[in-house]
Amino acid sequence: MVVAGITIADQLRHKLGESAVKLQHAADGIVTCWIARQNFHDALAYLKTDVEQPYRMLYDLTAIDERMRVHREGQPPSEFTVVYHLLSFERNEYIRIKVPLKRDQPPIDTITDLWPSANWYEREVWDMFGIRFHGHPHLKRILMPKTWEGYPLSKDHPARATEMGPFHLPDEKEDAEQEALRFKPEEWGMKPGRDGMDFIFLNVGPQHPGTHGVLRIVLQLDGEEIVDAVPEIGFHHRGAEKMGERQSWHTYIPYTDRIDYLGGVMNNLAYLMAVEKLAGIDIPPRAKVIRVMLSELFRIISHLVWYGTFAQDLGQLSPVFYTFNDRERAFGIIEAICGARMHPNWFRIGGVVQDLPKGWEALVRDFVKYLPPRLIEYDKEVMQNRIFKARTKGVGVFTTEEAIEWGVTGPNLRACGFEWDFRKKQPYSGYEQFEFDIPTGRHGDCYDRAVVRVEEMRQSLRIIEQCVDNMPEGTYKSVQPLACPPLKERTMHDIETLITHFLGVSWGPVIPPGEALGAIEATKGNNGYYLISDGGTTSYRTRIRTPSFAHMQMLPKLIRGRMVPDVFAVLGAMDYVLADVDR
Amino acid sequence: MVPDFEGAMTSPYPIAAIAGILIMVLSLAALLIWVERRLLALWQDRYGPNRVGPFGLLQVVADMIKIFAKEDWLPPFADKAVFIIAPAIIMVTVLLSFAVVPFSPGIIVVDLNIALLFFLGMSSLGVYSIVLAGWASDSKYSLLGGLRAAAQMISYEVFMSLSLMGVVLLAGSFRLSAIVEAQKRLWFIVPQFLGFVLFLIAGVAEARRSPFDLPEAEAELVAGFHSEYSGMKFGMFFVGEYLGVILISSMITVLFFGGWLGPWLPPIVWFLIKMFAFICFFILLRASLPRLRFDQLMSWGWKVMLPLALLNLIVTGAVVVAWR
Repeated sequence: MVVAGITIADQLRHKLGESAVKLQHAADGIVTCWIARQNFHDALAYLKTDVEQPYRMLYDLTAIDERMRVHREGQPPSEFTVVYHLLSFERNEYIRIKVPLKRDQPPIDTITDLWPSANWYEREVWDMFGIRFHGHPHLKRILMPKTWEGYPLSKDHPARATEMGPFHLPDEKEDAEQEALRFKPEEWGMKPGRDGMDFIFLNVGPQHPGTHGVLRIVLQLDGEEIVDAVPEIGFHHRGAEKMGERQSWHTYIPYTDRIDYLGGVMNNLAYLMAVEKLAGIDIPPRAKVIRVMLSELFRIISHLVWYGTFAQDLGQLSPVFYTFNDRERAFGIIEAICGARMHPNWFRIGGVVQDLPKGWEALVRDFVKYLPPRLIEYDKEVMQNRIFKARTKGVGVFTTEEAIEWGVTGPNLRACGFEWDFRKKQPYSGYEQFEFDIPTGRHGDCYDRAVVRVEEMRQSLRIIEQCVDNMPEGTYKSVQPLACPPLKERTMHDIETLITHFLGVSWGPVIPPGEALGAIEATKGNNGYYLISDGGTTSYRTRIRTPSFAHMQMLPKLIRGRMVPDVFAVLGAMDYVLADVDR
Repeated sequence: MVPDFEGAMTSPYPIAAIAGILIMVLSLAALLIWVERRLLALWQDRYGPNRVGPFGLLQVVADMIKIFAKEDWLPPFADKAVFIIAPAIIMVTVLLSFAVVPFSPGIIVVDLNIALLFFLGMSSLGVYSIVLAGWASDSKYSLLGGLRAAAQMISYEVFMSLSLMGVVLLAGSFRLSAIVEAQKRLWFIVPQFLGFVLFLIAGVAEARRSPFDLPEAEAELVAGFHSEYSGMKFGMFFVGEYLGVILISSMITVLFFGGWLGPWLPPIVWFLIKMFAFICFFILLRASLPRLRFDQLMSWGWKVMLPLALLNLIVTGAVVVAWR
């Protein structure tokens, strides 16, 4: 975007000097600037605060191991590149800053002084690539075990167990691993007590009914009051990003299903948007609307799980059974259309797997009619319950400014009163054609987050209804050559179509070199896939930016000074899944 | 003058009464496990245990066999003696309380003249079970559960006893049978409605049932005070909780709903019907309400319930004095 005739790159050049900024083309159209390690901190500070219409959110921070990359035309030499994605709400656009590094250079500057949320991201980059950050408050492993050797996302680290030799766990090693898991308060700069009284260090998780998965939080308690907390993540880490580098573009789709495992096909959408930008594929209108309809169904499914479990976190036993029942009905539709339930793996490069089955309209219409009265019932049971209100109002409050500072997106951001929904602001997959409202809260507390999600279900129903009413005719998959697998009518007729089909499903399509970010308004916030193709059948680097990671990082800030039960109110209202945090 | 320690209603066959009431109460508690699971299931649109025996009735038996056959495990870090005694305390105190409950004329172990005070005393002692269990387990979750139990006890016990004083004023006696007899013309639920509401709330807290199940709080403290318990020692807490529900329901029946009084049907049947209604109410509460935070419970207890209980006492006292 150009402000007053000057591009942001020009402004950066003006600030840092003509030669300091080097532009790179990206398939997604995001302004991509290479800035040397001496300058990048100033550049980021400038972009965050001084520039007109600033880039206030650190959207993502990651790195690329460039050593094996072939297609780097026009890019400065670099062995490891640190990539910063910033988001400006005023401009409604991203900017990508890349910093080239050599392997054996001294650490680069941390940006935790600019964004507190950079803390975990920089730890992850250190954990995965071995890049050190000067001035980081706690540069320790975050996703991998403390005892891990090597940096998994560097290209010289093996990806498969078969490349690593047999696994042994002798007693000494087991003891060492156990010892490494022991929480040592002094490592985190925590005092063991105050005024002659010892604090309790309560280990919550990784096996705990209130954490919804393998999350560990160490609470520093004075009685039941929380002095400080340290969330420890990584127990659900499965190396999804590394797998992206060995699966073909096509066969990686089922892995995405399992990132936000409540979001189902919506994960496919974020990934495929990036792939389709790289491949330059246009999606036929019918496929777009099918994608929107299924995504919105999954938004409802995910929110229903959240609704019931949130109430259960607060001690209400029944709603979870009701909402899971409703979710089961929605799964009935998903099953009829996709043949699977939680992980349908249903979207394909260029469209979807199959056309909708006969009779799908009736199923969807039934559900659209069925759910609203149930939601009214839950309003009375949960949202209007006075104990529920007492437990959630004024708990875990943050403001819009804090939310942006910490990279909060989705319903949690909207609960602060900031009307920002990527479906409206940066419409994708044809969302601009639908009528729906963006529900917002006002106080940014747990209750308002609940209000926003409940209303979102109603809006999703509106969108689904419009999908049924206006489903376009036509094909469900693009006919462009990179769409994979090709439409059935276009295979097995002659040797040419046979070969295309065979190569597409065996080797996988060859995606042209380039890089692209595909970001969507997922169930929990902004989910983005930053893909780099080196012109092969697999991705060179797959970066998954998940909302839960950013939200979870904010937890200690939200629960300091509160009581133990508030931890679970805050966690419940945050709506995360551990697979989405750890990937 | 020798105080009239034992009333006329004390059963002439004490051993038979003790055995009968023990068997009845314990089998009711066991049955209640099934009732609660089925009722919760009904309200939550699911089936509940329905496979073992007719309507799943024998599920309880199966569970009992399982729990008896479990290893009697003592955590090596626990304070052993206290750890073992704690679950017994709750059983003993609750069962002793049943000694003074007049189920119907003749079905009562001892018709004590201070029965109400005895009940209050026993229920206060029962909390020791929870606090000691939490302490002796030497686990952080259990400790927090135990602390919550202590905090909760302080908050509700005061207004619990105060809420009953209105009934005592009207009946002119602490003897439970006398209180029932005094309701022949009018159940105390009418003149003592406020007292009833206060006692009901305190009773839920006393039985540590949702929304006051803070010491247990499975979503936060895993199982709170009994996290470390297993086998029959856990079973005693479990049964103790159901006995508590039966006890509080019985007391509500006796104090506010005319105990065994009622037309046509035999007195014991009336008693059981009323008691069962309140048991169901307890289960319904569990099915519908979220849990309070314990600081909320405490401030509520001290700032709202206690003044209301005092007000109830003062107004009742004034009315009784004016009446005379």
